Amino acid sequence: MMDGPILAVGFDVERIRQDFPILSQTVRGKPLVFLDSGASAQKPRQVIEAMVRCMETAYANVHRGAYHLSEQATEAYEEARRATARFLNAADPREIVFTRNSTEAINLVAHSFGRGVLQPGQAVVISEMEHHANLVPWQMLRDDGRGIELRVCRVTDAGELDLEDLAAKLADGRVGLVAITHMSNVLGTVTPAERIAAMAHAAGAKVLFDGSQAAVHRRVDVQAIDADFYVFTGHKLYGPTGIGVLWARLELLERMPPFLGGGDMISMVTLERSEWAPPPAKFEAGTPPIIEAVGLHAAIDYVTAIGMPEIEAHERRLVDHAMRRLSDIDGLSLLGRAQDRGGVFSFTLDNAHPHDLSTLLDRAGIAVRAGRHCAEPLHTRFGLEGGTCRASFGLYTTEQEVDYLADALTKAREFFG
Amino acid sequence: MFDDLRDLYQEVILDHGRKPRNFRRLEDADRSARGDNPMCGDRMELFLKLSPDGHIADAAFQGRGCAISMASASLMTETVKGKTAAEAEELGAKFRELAMTGTCPDCGASLAEEMERLQPLSGVHEFPSRVKCATLAWHTLHAALEGTKEASSE
Repeated sequence: MMDGPILAVGFDVERIRQDFPILSQTVRGKPLVFLDSGASAQKPRQVIEAMVRCMETAYANVHRGAYHLSEQATEAYEEARRATARFLNAADPREIVFTRNSTEAINLVAHSFGRGVLQPGQAVVISEMEHHANLVPWQMLRDDGRGIELRVCRVTDAGELDLEDLAAKLADGRVGLVAITHMSNVLGTVTPAERIAAMAHAAGAKVLFDGSQAAVHRRVDVQAIDADFYVFTGHKLYGPTGIGVLWARLELLERMPPFLGGGDMISMVTLERSEWAPPPAKFEAGTPPIIEAVGLHAAIDYVTAIGMPEIEAHERRLVDHAMRRLSDIDGLSLLGRAQDRGGVFSFTLDNAHPHDLSTLLDRAGIAVRAGRHCAEPLHTRFGLEGGTCRASFGLYTTEQEVDYLADALTKAREFFG
Repeated sequence: MFDDLRDLYQEVILDHGRKPRNFRRLEDADRSARGDNPMCGDRMELFLKLSPDGHIADAAFQGRGCAISMASASLMTETVKGKTAAEAEELGAKFRELAMTGTCPDCGASLAEEMERLQPLSGVHEFPSRVKCATLAWHTLHAALEGTKEASSE
């Protein structure tokens, strides 16, 4: 057993915390212990300042005017696209479509690929551990009378994707798309993306990964994974709300019909008809999230400067520490025991309903989420209709905060008897 | 660490939360309704047996939820037994005010004794996200008395 935390070279969590103004505040007289980054992460000064700077010095609508400010804003917006492409190791910046969030990105795929490319009789495979964002759009596709089937891959008792069941679901060759989370927002399970992609492709299906959680915690290389679609959202990556990302192979974006119609997504319009602009503009109708793109770019620069491998190493240590501390608490049950997992822990405590527990923890300055975390079927799968409490980590989370949570949980158990 | 939460989680709340009273189905119920809190998963079914003269002869419930919602439902079933439908509705209105504001200025007049029994739940007004836990049972009672069958405290 080692004494004290082992620090990664160049990773100084205390210095990182100073970049996040909100973390220095107190809640009910206690230092804020923010353990809800899985729902939305806090923002570093670098992101906040980049957005303010954009509005103060370089803001105008993009792709419009031939004047200095609009050209500057357009350059900033397109530079954000190039930075996002580098972040995911996309082959081409034109493969990056900016949306409002992950939910909208998945809806775009369900609409444009699901209704425009998939054929009647084909199926979409999701899993039991999907966030509602990667479940409801596919139910809507199934139910709109196009003859698209929806199949649900099982999750094992350990909270991992049941790959045997996935193989069975793919076996008849009728699956057109596999849409699976890259990291569960409830179980913390990281799914074997490369293996899933290989299985999907061998069965003739495309594959989409919901990277809302995963892209925050580890380096994502869409080419190495061999994905076809990958989505994530800015606000969980220490960036602003209002911007999400869809990455898709260019040839797929070219084949897919538009999602929303309007300005900026056309190449020619008459009163009778229109022609679509090439991707990504085809999927970005209307004024896009310009300031948010600048903020997302700053967030990507921020985590890239720290280093995604360093962030992953820090979070791995936190996960190991949390596993040890939480496993020691009498009456605490952890949901999911996947081998490969990130910093998301959902749990129940004997005699304490998750809502009562989160109210208690809030009094100690600890922000955790209680409920079913937009994954109701997963909670039903594990017989936890009443929900769970979830603690989720960010790059600014410390081992001391995990210890404080563990101590508070022990005391909460005494409180409820 | 949690001493100041004893106002919210008074012993009577913890007791009713752990061992809710009237926690059963009424097979011969005249009225019933479901109450749902979709955001948090709280769910209850309320049963009422009415006497020929319109009084609530028996009240019982089943369901799942946090200590606050279980205790509130438990205390409610105890409190409304023997009341007329109109009295039960009046209690519900007063209770909702108590839960949202912490006080009930009009409570002095009628039904003062009943409101006294519900007083331990007044602490929820300091916790805006928890008020709906305390009021779910009363929304459900209103639905049962109105015959609308479904209630949601969103």
